[in-house]
Amino acid sequence: MSDTAPAKSTVSVEINGHTIEANPGELVIDAAERNGVHIPRFCYHNRMRPVGMCRMCLVEIDQGRGPALSPSCMIPVTEGMKVDTESERTRKAQDGVLEFLLINHPLDCPVCDKGGECPLQDNTVAYGPGESRFVEEKRHYEKPIPISDLVFLDRERCILCDRCTRFAKEVAGDPLIHFQGRGSRTEVNTFPDEPFSSYFSGNTVQICPVGALTSSSYRFKARPWDLTEVESTCTTCSVGCSVTLQSSRNRLLRTMGVDNDATNWGWLCDRGRFDIEAVESDNRLAEPLVDGAPARWSDALRKAAAAISGALRDVGPSGIGVIGGARLTNESAYAWAKLAKGVIGTDNVDAQLGDGLPGELLFGLPRATIAEACAPKGTIVLLGSDPKETLGVLYLRLRHAVVEDKATLIELGHGASGLTRYARHALHGEPGGALVELAHQAVALLPEGQPVTVVLGRTSPTEDPAVLAEAAQVFAAYGARFLSGLTRGNVHGALDLGLAPGLLPGRVTLDAGRSTFTDAWGSVPAGRGKSTAAMLAAAADGSLPVLILLGADPINDSADRALAERALQRATVIAVDTFPTDSVAHASVVLPAAGYAETDGTTTNLEGRILPLRQAVTPPGTARADWAIAVELATRLEADLGFDAVEQIWAEIASLSAAHEGITAAALASARDGVIAAGSGGSGGRPATIDSVPAVTAKRVPLDPTKLRLVVRRTMYDGATLTQQSRSLPSLYNDNEVRLHPLDFEKLGVDEGADVTLVAAEGQLTLPVVSDRGVVRGTAVVLANVPDAPVNILLSPTSPVIDVRLEVVR
Amino acid sequence: MSRLTPENEAIAREIISRYPKPKSALIPLLHLSQEQNGHVTDEAMVHLAELVDVTPAEVIGTCTFYEMFKREPVGRYVVNICTNIAFQLLGAEELLHHAEHRLGIKAGNTTPDGLFTIEDVECVAACTEAPCLTVNYRYFYKVDGEDFDAIVEDLRNGRQPTRKAAETGPDGAIPSHGTLALERQHIPADRAAGNADPDSAPAPVWLEQQA
Repeated sequence: MSDTAPAKSTVSVEINGHTIEANPGELVIDAAERNGVHIPRFCYHNRMRPVGMCRMCLVEIDQGRGPALSPSCMIPVTEGMKVDTESERTRKAQDGVLEFLLINHPLDCPVCDKGGECPLQDNTVAYGPGESRFVEEKRHYEKPIPISDLVFLDRERCILCDRCTRFAKEVAGDPLIHFQGRGSRTEVNTFPDEPFSSYFSGNTVQICPVGALTSSSYRFKARPWDLTEVESTCTTCSVGCSVTLQSSRNRLLRTMGVDNDATNWGWLCDRGRFDIEAVESDNRLAEPLVDGAPARWSDALRKAAAAISGALRDVGPSGIGVIGGARLTNESAYAWAKLAKGVIGTDNVDAQLGDGLPGELLFGLPRATIAEACAPKGTIVLLGSDPKETLGVLYLRLRHAVVEDKATLIELGHGASGLTRYARHALHGEPGGALVELAHQAVALLPEGQPVTVVLGRTSPTEDPAVLAEAAQVFAAYGARFLSGLTRGNVHGALDLGLAPGLLPGRVTLDAGRSTFTDAWGSVPAGRGKSTAAMLAAAADGSLPVLILLGADPINDSADRALAERALQRATVIAVDTFPTDSVAHASVVLPAAGYAETDGTTTNLEGRILPLRQAVTPPGTARADWAIAVELATRLEADLGFDAVEQIWAEIASLSAAHEGITAAALASARDGVIAAGSGGSGGRPATIDSVPAVTAKRVPLDPTKLRLVVRRTMYDGATLTQQSRSLPSLYNDNEVRLHPLDFEKLGVDEGADVTLVAAEGQLTLPVVSDRGVVRGTAVVLANVPDAPVNILLSPTSPVIDVRLEVVR
Repeated sequence: MSRLTPENEAIAREIISRYPKPKSALIPLLHLSQEQNGHVTDEAMVHLAELVDVTPAEVIGTCTFYEMFKREPVGRYVVNICTNIAFQLLGAEELLHHAEHRLGIKAGNTTPDGLFTIEDVECVAACTEAPCLTVNYRYFYKVDGEDFDAIVEDLRNGRQPTRKAAETGPDGAIPSHGTLALERQHIPADRAAGNADPDSAPAPVWLEQQA
């Protein structure tokens, strides 16, 4: 560290006789890996802190005092360092370490799921002794024990590398598994009767370097050499985690996280990892249905087209509504937007079910990427979002930013969330305007001179989106950037491609895009159409005779269950879906769609990042891709959408959409991390994207002291279709309950656990009551979308807040 | 009831206050709970986890690392007999054999009356005094069979051993298993070292250089 040395941004290191340039602070094992020298390892994982537990990465390192065997995962590079990974001493050390590791390892490879993809097997073949001198009895444990509903642990196979336990503590923040005992009796285990119930437990199975941890989902299903795999993207939520889909004989068997530096860093949440089981559910829709009976595609399509034509004739384009679309690929979303807005001519199109935020708001705010949000020493503001329950892997990234990278977290919400314990300030208020005042307070708390990113979501549908918009503008005026916290799989793609009232593909308004899309499509709707709530109301009163459901289940997901039921009973419903949901049951025409892992295409994550989707298995029965259904339906309506392949649709998007300018198929194929859709348009004949948010003033509704204001909280495992249709996850969902602040609880004069009835204007719901300090006083918190206790019977999309009376059930 | 009693919980909070991070108090708290119950129960570990804001799995990880924390009930008096080489040469195996016969149990077991547990241990750090044993970690040096019988007889009859243990209090008393000391350490607030928050302290130079 001489002052006279010239400034140098790299460190020269000699590895096996070749000089390489390493980054300052980089570990020897990483520097070697980047330069094509693989050093074997078990415990080292580049997304976790090194521990030097397994000793497999011992190499000879000379830092000026002669070569010495050192763990390369613990030693940062230094100038002039000499590393020898192939010396006789290194080989002897590797051989010896493997012999020790194999002493207690059972060698039950023929019956072990890891066989064929096992680092211990691979390293033993490459570096190991070949035979053992150990003749004594190995240690024995009960094989295997469940440490959660999803993960089994075989302690005999464990080599104590500390990966799973480090993951649980450092990455997930759920240290529910730990080393126990000492010496040769050390084992990984949970506390008695306290399972490893982390939302992220599946990652431990993926990173286990031996077969000690296996998932209940994949155990004994396949051998690695029988699997074919394609890289794709998880669409369970909107984070857009990169995955490989592994299938065998046309069955999707397993998904593994892929390290995408921009998004998931290799991690997945258990919901995303295991809900792929739903793909091969017996309940999948495989054949078209007309009036509940199996039908041929041509008959079903003809009937659907006739219903649409009839409504066009009787009422005009406004007589048709399209709800949903967040399940679709980008290409399918565009095809349906073109069908609805260009062919049918209706702007009654809404991919959200009244529980999200307007597309105009997201487009008008300056956007941030996950990496920008998680920048070291930055400031993250959570506004109405609960990432742990809704966007699992974003929670891991945000938590890492706070715990490891010294980011500051400020939380604004309607009560405690999964990140509250990491927040420097947690400002909680009831729905009805309190968040705007809290936003002004929070701005005063923002550290000077640090970039600020707001994660903007709407976890509770009982909060008026105008309140969130007004609060967001407080931060926008401060110069903050925004990361969307909308949660549905491809909701951002659906919004970007025009599946929302008043919007056309490319984040443009009807008026801005009118000339471009009139040229391309022939026509566009004259005026702004209805939102989901307004469509349901119109359908219920008879003025909207045809409702098309694109993978939407308004009965369970919209903000007014009774209204949705009336609407679906009255209107002619055409459902394009993968499962017979409660809403699909009302459809006169059901068109089975190809689901996740059954089509090619792209998806858009919450950053606006375009990521690939790949087909791994064929759809069940005669189910077709959503875009193909749109094409067929257009033909029956005597129109031609102008494409018959996914690539053609993307080419059309890239040629017309202002936000997707320059994102060609070739650009997507070459970008490993995906490409952010951020074009601003306004040039080359493209319309200008929405770039500002009109000022809003939300209605303030003061608390009614005689009632409790309803807050809806989301949980990872709820009534979501894929969760419920998978084998592993349904048992994990939480029973619903009412949570009250302990002080409100005392007023009520009821014991914890007793049943109370929530009485709202729309309906009532009886649930057990629980005391919780994380609840804002004067509010009652219930869980959204719990199958047996649907909270949306209490909600009304037309009220800015929902106040409930609480009656004790005697 | 194996959670800490209200009195012991108050002591626990005082112990926690001595450390910059609550979880640093885990080992003294495990001793406290063992003193209360004679061994460390699962319920107690759940309680300690709540007190220092860690998970019960982290508590059991610490607890199981140390031999002196017992997760199963043991006798009121835990007799450790070292059979390492220095002791072996001077008759430790014979002493252990004698003890097993005298108490009618094998090493590792507890007498049916719940009074004595014998353990065959490695190294009690007193080779110079071999053969030697400890009763609840109080040393008895250069012990033979007769000495052992006398100690057991005294303890069984509720007397403190006539033959005084080394390094105990002035009366040579041996408290029940789990009690570390007859006098509890108490540090008045004005005598406390003063805890600096480790997170706000400057990082050591050698760590800064690596970052």
